[in-house]
Amino acid sequence: MSVRRVAPPELQPKEFSFTAENADWAKKQIAKYPPGRQQSAIIPLLWRAQEQNGGWLPEAAIRHVADILEMAHIRALEVATFYTMFLLEPCGKKAHVQVCGTTPCMLRGAHDLIEVCKRRIHEEPHHISADGNFSWEEVECLGACVNAPMVLIWNDTYEDLTPASFEKVLDGFANGQPVKPGPQIDRQFGAPVGGPTTLKTVKA
Amino acid sequence: MLDDRDRIFRNLYGLGDWGLEGARKRGSWDGTKAILDKGRDAIVNEVKASGLRGRGGAGFPTGVKWSFMPKTVGDRPHYLVVNADESEPGTCKDREIMRHDPHLLVEGCLIAGRAMDCRAGYIYVRGEFIRERERLQAAIDQAYEAKLLGKNNVHGYDFDLYVHHGAGAYICGEEMALLESLEGKKGQPRLKPPFPANMGLYGCPTTVNNVESIAVVPDIMRRGAAWFAGIGRQNNTGTKLFCISGHVERPCTVEDAMGVPLRELIETHCGGVRGGWDNLLAVIPGGSSMPLIPAGSAGCDDLLMDFDGCAKHKSALGTAAVIVMDKSTDIIRAMARISYFYKHESCGQCTPCREGMGWMWRVLTRMAEGRAQKREIDMLFDVTKQIEGHTICAFGDGAAWPVQGLLRHFRPEIERRIDEYTRKADVDAVRVAAE
Repeated sequence: MSVRRVAPPELQPKEFSFTAENADWAKKQIAKYPPGRQQSAIIPLLWRAQEQNGGWLPEAAIRHVADILEMAHIRALEVATFYTMFLLEPCGKKAHVQVCGTTPCMLRGAHDLIEVCKRRIHEEPHHISADGNFSWEEVECLGACVNAPMVLIWNDTYEDLTPASFEKVLDGFANGQPVKPGPQIDRQFGAPVGGPTTLKTVKA
Repeated sequence: MLDDRDRIFRNLYGLGDWGLEGARKRGSWDGTKAILDKGRDAIVNEVKASGLRGRGGAGFPTGVKWSFMPKTVGDRPHYLVVNADESEPGTCKDREIMRHDPHLLVEGCLIAGRAMDCRAGYIYVRGEFIRERERLQAAIDQAYEAKLLGKNNVHGYDFDLYVHHGAGAYICGEEMALLESLEGKKGQPRLKPPFPANMGLYGCPTTVNNVESIAVVPDIMRRGAAWFAGIGRQNNTGTKLFCISGHVERPCTVEDAMGVPLRELIETHCGGVRGGWDNLLAVIPGGSSMPLIPAGSAGCDDLLMDFDGCAKHKSALGTAAVIVMDKSTDIIRAMARISYFYKHESCGQCTPCREGMGWMWRVLTRMAEGRAQKREIDMLFDVTKQIEGHTICAFGDGAAWPVQGLLRHFRPEIERRIDEYTRKADVDAVRVAAE
């Protein structure tokens, strides 16, 4: 368990509401669930709110989503604080880097990536870099263990990293030209380096 | 090695088209109507006969699980829920299915839905799999467009399929926590019984299955239970996706037959252990929750990768996520990191788990430095026994087992480190005194 609280009042925006497009999208999400079960849509809606707000979730957004779903605010706050992908404090504008540090990535050098983050972004996780563009945190297994070590930045994973190629990924976000997501070495997704050992007789 | 003709995941590496066209070329959606028309009992019996055991970790026979659903639909609808909250450290197989061959899963959902008289299914994808969930949604959209799903589809069995997602909670891979999360609450597991087949999603009969369990069903139905049962060993049938990570030359995800020897698996597909087989220290055969198995003749040398093979070594196949550790590994630190994972992911509902996870992590961290007492080794083992079996869900067990595995096989290493630390402490003390 980790203790997670909403950001202090001085960082919170006064108001939040979905854009017309997102409000429309929210209605479609709610329609996936049986009548009266609109609460089911809370995670997708909070996630969309976080995206709309530049990567973090302010308290006003939690209230807004709770109101849409006709839930008590406290129930929505419970959800927002329970799930760790909801960032409750502001993050870097250009990239919030999530470095996987769990054992499979650790065995293949996740620690070196964390050192790069400490040097380039901030000594502490969840702190924004001096220029306001970057922040980082160590997260638990992101489910790309055969491509370890790896990071998740916004919606994409960057896999098979070395400190050097990780710096290139960060450079890409810094100058607005992100590198191609996926493995950063010559490799076809989860296949072994050098080409698959199976499925050679199957036509793709 | 498994013949290519017997492989189910024929686009595992995304070399072909993931979409409907490509899937059809690989045989998906072929004669689905005829399969559905066989009716529910015939489908359940075929899956039972295939010997398919759940691929999510526990290995419960899938057909038997399906047969627990009420025989007739009362006033509560039946639901199929697919567990795509793949978060077990070391595991990355469902990801490949969702992004490279999503139609296997979509078609499997329809057939599984028919087998349990479900009219709606939800696929709960972990929050971090953002691209995977987009891909899966795209595949479902294609299926709706082609009238393969939805109302009045070409199969004559109305079925709706929805993608739902989480937001970074490992515990939501536990079926009861998953259902809570799907209902829009914190993912804290519910007590069983009542089991989901009676009271699941929204209080209705529900079955929760792993992605891989569902994705292999269409092939079982088309090629027959006997084909599937003919691969592997008795009680451990079929093919399985293995994810081999850690200290091997070429980590990869690969489909092979159940019961493949560990050494063959690693040497055929991964180019061997880094530094050779003799450089192996230990493997975790089935994702971080399972006890490690040490190298050597009493361990990895004759390990067969299936449920019974791993059980023989007091471990379990789990999700078949093999984490390989060579002799350069600081094994205590590696296991302490796993304990940290569990500390971070405990939902906080049960005291033994919430308090015990942090305690185990702190003790292991000290043991990694050697800063501990030898009596604490027994105490740690005792604490794992007090957590195991004393919590609502199996999370407590899954966190206790890896620590027990460490203590079972690497106790001398822990003691050695304590001795070393003590010896150094003496030297330091003398130096201070001399100055």
